[in-house]
Amino acid sequence: MDLEFSKEELAFRDEVRAFVDAELPKDIRDAVDQGRPLSKEQHVRWQKILFDKGWAAPNWPVEHGGTGWSRTQMHIFSDELGAAGAPPVIAFGINMVGPVIYTFGSEEQKKRFLPDIVASNVWWCQGYSEPGSGSDLASLSCRAVRDGDHYVVNGIKAWTTLGQHADWIFCLVRTDQNAKKQQGISFLLIDMKSPGVSVHPVITLEGDHEVNETWFEDVRVPADNCIGKENQGWTYAKYLLTHERTSVANIGAIKRTFARVKREATKVKVGDGSLLQNPVFARKVADVEIQITALQFLALRLLSQVDRGGAPGAESSMLKIRGTEIQQSITELTLEAAGYYGLPFVPENGQAIGPEFTARAAANYFNYRKVTIYGGSSEIQKGIITKAILGL
Amino acid sequence: MDFSFNEEQNLLRDSVRKFVEKSYSFEQRRALSKSELGFSRDNWRAFAELGWTAIPFCEADGGLGGKAVDTMIVVEELGKGLVLEPYFATVVFAGGLLRRGGDALRAKHLPGLIGGETLAAVAYAEVDSRFDLHNVATTAKREGSGFVLDGKKIGVIAGPSADLLIVSARTSGGGQDKSGITLFAVDAKSAGVSRKDYRTVDGLRASDVTLSKVKVDASSVIGEVDAIDNGLAILEAGVDEAIIALGAEAMGVMEVLFKSTLDYIKERKQFGVPIGSFQALQHRMVDVFIEYEQAKSMAYMAAMTQDAANSSSELAKAAAALKVQLGKSGRVVGQQAIQLHGGMGMTEELAVSHYFKRMTIIDLMFGNADHHLGRYVALSA
Repeated sequence: MDLEFSKEELAFRDEVRAFVDAELPKDIRDAVDQGRPLSKEQHVRWQKILFDKGWAAPNWPVEHGGTGWSRTQMHIFSDELGAAGAPPVIAFGINMVGPVIYTFGSEEQKKRFLPDIVASNVWWCQGYSEPGSGSDLASLSCRAVRDGDHYVVNGIKAWTTLGQHADWIFCLVRTDQNAKKQQGISFLLIDMKSPGVSVHPVITLEGDHEVNETWFEDVRVPADNCIGKENQGWTYAKYLLTHERTSVANIGAIKRTFARVKREATKVKVGDGSLLQNPVFARKVADVEIQITALQFLALRLLSQVDRGGAPGAESSMLKIRGTEIQQSITELTLEAAGYYGLPFVPENGQAIGPEFTARAAANYFNYRKVTIYGGSSEIQKGIITKAILGL
Repeated sequence: MDFSFNEEQNLLRDSVRKFVEKSYSFEQRRALSKSELGFSRDNWRAFAELGWTAIPFCEADGGLGGKAVDTMIVVEELGKGLVLEPYFATVVFAGGLLRRGGDALRAKHLPGLIGGETLAAVAYAEVDSRFDLHNVATTAKREGSGFVLDGKKIGVIAGPSADLLIVSARTSGGGQDKSGITLFAVDAKSAGVSRKDYRTVDGLRASDVTLSKVKVDASSVIGEVDAIDNGLAILEAGVDEAIIALGAEAMGVMEVLFKSTLDYIKERKQFGVPIGSFQALQHRMVDVFIEYEQAKSMAYMAAMTQDAANSSSELAKAAAALKVQLGKSGRVVGQQAIQLHGGMGMTEELAVSHYFKRMTIIDLMFGNADHHLGRYVALSA
């Protein structure tokens, strides 16, 4: 047992650190630090900088543009990016549909879709949930009926995050009406420009336009866009959900937002001292800091098991539960630190009324309620642990 | 970064595990706990023969030069059996302080301690000190070339069997001054030492110790040069290392609580089904699992920090963070273990209640989670 990184790992860390220091554009770093949503252009610009370096899709197989890094290296990479204030990758292309395509797609599909995903030429969004299917995803009813060499798709997808930017959507659709729930679902790629697709903004409680409903009305989709076998989509979706959870701990980013709230709290006055010197607030801060340490070492332990050949699997549900709870705690501390400057309603790109860090304090506190709901809610994660680890 | 154990460490774990399996069934432990001594001298001799008492001491002192991770392995496995022999009190805690003594003091005490002939305990807490190590009212006044100790120490774990007491006393200053504290190695049979012995709620033995005009000579001072008045730093480092070992014990205790509770809710039937099929219980069991995993991660972090630490403040922060986690996790794991066992969890005849009691005392030892959260804040300032 050894706490230190190896010489090679340290060299790798320094390389990543130097690269991000030099290449991360200031406007992007500032937006991340101010807790503001990034524009599509900003997301794509940063992703293309990573692509030029060959680091756009670290977890992919080398032949498709991946890096061949160990899990520890990937952890160091994401830790360093987060700690430097780089925006998290928009997961839908690189972390979600990409792995499904290279794992289950045909050679033709791999050639057609993967290069544009890794190069961020195409923006993807996700069509899983529906108004009537949330945590019980397999109850979905959006249907695709075969018509010659096309499917005809009808239905509504809910919570399509950043669908307003998207060129393509990957959807779970019902292709067999008579099969039991999990069977009869297919994994379909749909061009957002297809006639009959429309995107309807859903404004969330903080006032932002982040999510949408996507409607499909007699949308004709080439049958070639079905991934893997028809009616086997649920298997692929489950695979993808595990993939998604392994990337949610976000420890680097957590540490940076946490450091920011601590820094801002030294500037907020309480009595003759600062908020950070206030004994009650200081204890809350210390408590969160200890939780972050526990999360970090939990993640490292799980990682090292994977690197030694163990399975990642359901343990990543633990990281999802704890990571998201901690993220929420930090938004709570930030709102608390803002004091009365938690009052002003500041829209996505609006001017701050008080200190810059307060501009989005309330908005992010409200918005971050989502993190324990999306990607499989905390309760769903507990269900996974119950079955897969506890064997209940 | 590496979380794996080497071959020697795996062998060490196996040998402790075998001992616990052979000698620490619930009934064996119960009988030992009720005996007059409260543990077995034969077991202790076996610990020495197996080399466990030598682990944390350097080779020049007759030890094995083990690291914190090695101690962690032993104590974790002992924790799984709620082992009663004073390994923690003698080898880890008292030994950790003696290790910081000068050549003559180490040569005098360590061979006996490593050989299993000497048992030792640390007498630092006082009636009014609560968890503050620097709050010392016991005095050590110079007399000739030596000192005379007066005062009262409480909560001395393994005090009744101790041949040697490590005592913190004030050689200068007063009240809560951080300087002016000196550590002494005191023969427990010295004139003027009297003890009130008692059983603890978790089945161990402890004492309140009164020191009345106890004469010690200058060679009993623990530390290198300038040790007089500067004992607090030694005591703090010793306590931090002891906390880290306590974290290892807690890992063992919590593992048993977690596993036996999980087994129980799979077997126990109510309303015609195993109670583990109820979601209200499943999610609570997941909470227990996550708390255990976090505590384990923190125990690893702290032991690895001790082995790598460059400064006493790094060690202190790691120990404080660990102690906060142990308090929190221990409470969830222990309380839920009792709750999920239902009425059976309330009984003295079920092992789970004994593990819960030990976990409760682990939170108390060296200051509870609240105390260490405050300490963590102070260390962060």
